[in-house]
Amino acid sequence: MPLPVSDFYRSLADRAVRTLADRDLENQILIQVGSATCEHAAGSQAVAEEFVRHIRASGRKDIVIHRTGCTGRCSREPILGVRLPGQLPVKYERVNRDLVHRIFTEHIQGGVPVMKHVLDHDGEALPEREFLFCEGDRCQKGGVDLRARFLELLAERGVEPHRVGVATTSCFGACGLAGGAAATYLLVRPEKILYRVASEADLLDILQEHVLQGQVVARLRVQEEPIALEFLERYGDVAFFNRQSRIALRNAGVVDPESLDEYLGFDGFKALATALERREPDWVISELTKARLRGRGGGGFLTATKWTLARQQADTTRFIICNGDEGDPGAFMDRSMLESDPFNIVEGMIIGGFAIGAQKGFFYIRAEYPLAIKRIEQAIDACRAHGLLGRDIMGSGFDFDLEIRLGAGAFVCGEETALIRSIEGERGQPKVRPPYPTDRGLWGHPTVINNVETFANVSAILRYGGEWYSRIGTPKSGGTKVFALAGKVRHTGLVEVPLGTTLSRVVNDIGGGVSGGKQLKAIQTGGPAGGFIPAAMQGMEVDFEPLQKAGSIMGSGGMIVLSEDDCMVDIAKFYMAFSQEESCGKCTPCREGTTRILEILERITLGKGELADLDKLERLSRLCQRTSLCGLGRAAPNPVLSSLKHFHDEFLAHIQDKHCPAKKCVALIRYEINPEKCIGCTICARNCPVECISGARKEAHGIDQAACIKCGNCFDVCKFAAIDRV
Amino acid sequence: MSECLPCSTDNWPDLERGYRAMLPREILAFIDAHRHQERSESMLIATLHQVQAHFGHLGPGHLEAVAQLMQIPLAKVTGVATFYHYFRLQPRGRYLINVCLGTACYVKGAEKVAQKLQDELGIRFGETSKDGIFSLESTRCVGTCGLAPVVMIGDEVHGPLTPSLVPGLLESYLARAAEDLVAEPSR
Repeated sequence: MPLPVSDFYRSLADRAVRTLADRDLENQILIQVGSATCEHAAGSQAVAEEFVRHIRASGRKDIVIHRTGCTGRCSREPILGVRLPGQLPVKYERVNRDLVHRIFTEHIQGGVPVMKHVLDHDGEALPEREFLFCEGDRCQKGGVDLRARFLELLAERGVEPHRVGVATTSCFGACGLAGGAAATYLLVRPEKILYRVASEADLLDILQEHVLQGQVVARLRVQEEPIALEFLERYGDVAFFNRQSRIALRNAGVVDPESLDEYLGFDGFKALATALERREPDWVISELTKARLRGRGGGGFLTATKWTLARQQADTTRFIICNGDEGDPGAFMDRSMLESDPFNIVEGMIIGGFAIGAQKGFFYIRAEYPLAIKRIEQAIDACRAHGLLGRDIMGSGFDFDLEIRLGAGAFVCGEETALIRSIEGERGQPKVRPPYPTDRGLWGHPTVINNVETFANVSAILRYGGEWYSRIGTPKSGGTKVFALAGKVRHTGLVEVPLGTTLSRVVNDIGGGVSGGKQLKAIQTGGPAGGFIPAAMQGMEVDFEPLQKAGSIMGSGGMIVLSEDDCMVDIAKFYMAFSQEESCGKCTPCREGTTRILEILERITLGKGELADLDKLERLSRLCQRTSLCGLGRAAPNPVLSSLKHFHDEFLAHIQDKHCPAKKCVALIRYEINPEKCIGCTICARNCPVECISGARKEAHGIDQAACIKCGNCFDVCKFAAIDRV
Repeated sequence: MSECLPCSTDNWPDLERGYRAMLPREILAFIDAHRHQERSESMLIATLHQVQAHFGHLGPGHLEAVAQLMQIPLAKVTGVATFYHYFRLQPRGRYLINVCLGTACYVKGAEKVAQKLQDELGIRFGETSKDGIFSLESTRCVGTCGLAPVVMIGDEVHGPLTPSLVPGLLESYLARAAEDLVAEPSR
């Protein structure tokens, strides 16, 4: 007799819980090592091996190394977590072999953390317990700052700061769980207890019972768990993390990406089980409609609408595709999700397949992402082996399978019709739309294509409800967006924030501002199809429409921070060179248009531009926008147009004054030696590749401008700042 | 229903034997496994990936063998192989150095690293060093922007790099190549 879906799910989940209980991680010393491409590059594997050696040498049996994916805090990799039973986990940054030895002897064996290397922490000691106050907009309605009051109460009672830490986090998303908003929520680490507090009396109870006596205040405790509970438990004390709202990335950096059991332990596949149990694809779509989930690949099309369009087709052979051809330079959120939480994406795909009535789904992943491919392969195999893929999924009668297809380094294949051609084994050249893929897609059948991040949100929406999801975000777009923060910013990495968050909060509060104390010049969003948001507009809310109005796009979520040292003409040229190279060549406006635009930009950066070029640039760009066949060509001129709009002066400076204000365009700069500062150390002359610097020892040197190739070596090596770039 | 006759030439068995001899067993198995399935031609890109993984590049003979054994016109196979940047039609060195020229790397000085690599190796992009150890290419974003600027050598990502770190990095690969030579002198 076949089991009903709920029984099937329960037996699977129970088995996972038993396996996890046998491992008894709570009572072991846990060493958490990240294992995604960035971590590997930073040396996490060597660190893990070193720990294995130390553990073996010590002969201890109570130390476990736990592999996780990527937390998204790229610039401090490898990051390592150490948790002693019952204590707050401690994260170390930039761990290397030498540090492993210290951590092992001082922290794991001696019980004292190596404070100097703790991630984002200047203090002398770590608190025993931490209270995280929600600072979401909906929480502070009472008018009283409960967090400030709690701090005062702690001080009045003489609780030492090293015992109890207090921090704020962005919205837990708990407001939707417990109902009622005239209160705030606070999470206690490491016990993982969520309280709902509305008044000072509540705070006093918590202080009296929980802080002083270690007793849980049952009256105030909320049974529901915030979605990113496990994540906050591990990383809640780090501002970079607790200011984010993690939904798509809720398991990233927490779950072992290669373990189905761990994913099940985080309520994995519960959403799928619910959907299959109800046997109502319409329910899935109605939840997505309520959630107002919009496509995270950049277009921002309502996911529910797209799924409905495919579902309404008469043709019952249907496909669903996950677009993992993340080609935008500067974007890496898809890779991270595929590597760090692959089961979540697989679950989203199966739910999508069920909702539109597809029999088969395809993962289209860049060949440049070998680890992501491996992790998805493993996830698919594990799902097949446990009845989560293949025939009769979870005993529901629904048949569905997944296959991986590799990209081969063509940016245009991120465009949906080109991607379909590529899966069919053809050259990845786009087709005219309509017909849209939802009408006639893969092999002529209705096909839904969604981005990795879109699928990552699906299971969370079904699990916590569409309304809950829509409450995070803006009236037009529900939920969060993951941004890949890179460029001239202090903390590079992945940042997930509610839509409607200001750019400034992302770049300054979470990203720590521009690196090296430089001035922010612009924020580039949306990759080669996007544009620049000048620093003056950083108060802008991040959402599809406002970004478009400012001449940029959301895109897949790449966010490159540019400082005063970056030349906007040069960056526009960079993006145009990218689009020109990646143009598939099928339609003339894109093939020729991008080439000519690039030529004009090159001319300008060489100091050979004319004023008429600006007009030409604009007309050509508009033409390319209007007449290109696919999104690549239509969006390719965006960086040019938006830099012309916001940084017109810089173009003028290049053309009229033959001057590059950022001193970046090689043809427009000169290196000169300041005779007053030069002490004649000869280091510049020795490093000059064309030997154009001359001068006697201990006397001021000079540069032969005619021979200089402006490589900048002398500028970089001079220790006395005697070389000027003018 | 009559069987389709892919082998209409008289000398097909001989030809097939010849083409099969050009490809390793696992690739032949892969082609055979999909040959009679619906939409088998969609496996072309996957097959080319395997051929390149095995030989390091796609030579004219490889393309012809794939075309014949998959029963896809050679013109189409060549069209696909030349369309995608990932496929290389020329042999390459033991280690492929891919310099990331994505935005994040670009603004963090990837060009200087690229220049240093070209100077050190004495080759330009698209070329292979005389000793056959290094090939130099550029790529658009390997997705590790937090470590920018990065260079990918084989499957390994290195970053953040500065021009001064380049010689040491190349040394480490030269040493590895030398070790491999000692271990398996036949190569």
